[in-house]
Amino acid sequence: MAIIIKSDREIESMRRAGRATGAVLQLLAASLKPGMKTGQLDEMASREASRLGGRPSFKGYQGFPGCVCVSINNQIVHGIPGDTAVEDGDIVSIDFGLELEGFQGDSAITVAVGNVKPAALDLIEVTRQALQVGIQNARQGNTVGDISCSIQQFVEKRGFAVVREYTGHGIGRRMHEDPQIPNFGAAGQGHSLQRGMTLALEPMVTAGSWRTRLGNDGWVVYTADGSLAAHFEHTIAVTEDEAEILTAV
Amino acid sequence: MAKKEAIEVEGTVQEALANATFRVELADGHIVLAHISGKLRVHYIRVLPGDKVLVELSPYDLTRGRITYRFR
Repeated sequence: MAIIIKSDREIESMRRAGRATGAVLQLLAASLKPGMKTGQLDEMASREASRLGGRPSFKGYQGFPGCVCVSINNQIVHGIPGDTAVEDGDIVSIDFGLELEGFQGDSAITVAVGNVKPAALDLIEVTRQALQVGIQNARQGNTVGDISCSIQQFVEKRGFAVVREYTGHGIGRRMHEDPQIPNFGAAGQGHSLQRGMTLALEPMVTAGSWRTRLGNDGWVVYTADGSLAAHFEHTIAVTEDEAEILTAV
Repeated sequence: MAKKEAIEVEGTVQEALANATFRVELADGHIVLAHISGKLRVHYIRVLPGDKVLVELSPYDLTRGRITYRFR
């Protein structure tokens, strides 16, 4: 289906939505401590979003109950916040999105809580860098496949795997727009990128197999083999040159 | 929030069945049963035999899908 190209004015609105999203996410990440319940992050996200004039967009999205996704250790994405307490040594992926002035921002980060094993820190760092690699390749003249391929190659060279069944996506007035942006694929394939496209790139990386398993709540996605997973995401705008990160703080 | 991957393919409607379900022949010759997406229903877009459509397949059951777009 059609990819929606945004005008400079629309991108200006997306910049405001993106900054607010980034600011909330930054606060959540900084607040995370051992013993904290994931539901507390949810309350904080809700409060901060309204303070900034935004509406948390995950809440109620296809029935998702929280304002924020909190996915711990072997959970990849879409963890429902609640009574689970974060423990020392956990790696915690926080995914947050909000709507402001009719536009969406969507961003995620994986945080190491307390004393985390070096292998897990390495996983987090590779995933963070994989997002940067994807962003560097998201420029006019390249294709969606160039982003996908660059992320996959970067991750696999370092001995990790990319999740196949969940993807990045176009974003604008709606959280999920076309195109899908898989984190694997062949260079040169898929839609051509052009200035004015706004995309959410989100490598989901595992320390084991890329296969996933859906949790009993119908939302949380686990690694099938129980290995650790990390997740980083930014909303970006494609330009002729280097893409602009809209959810940067 | 990550998007669940969906596979989209083009096809041609062969026959209208009951309950807004259609038999669609895909470009690769496969036949799938596809129901019509809410968006097309809301906008009263009619799908008739012979129409070219975009079908979103479920990665779990490749014989079933959802018609998400009718080409003009």
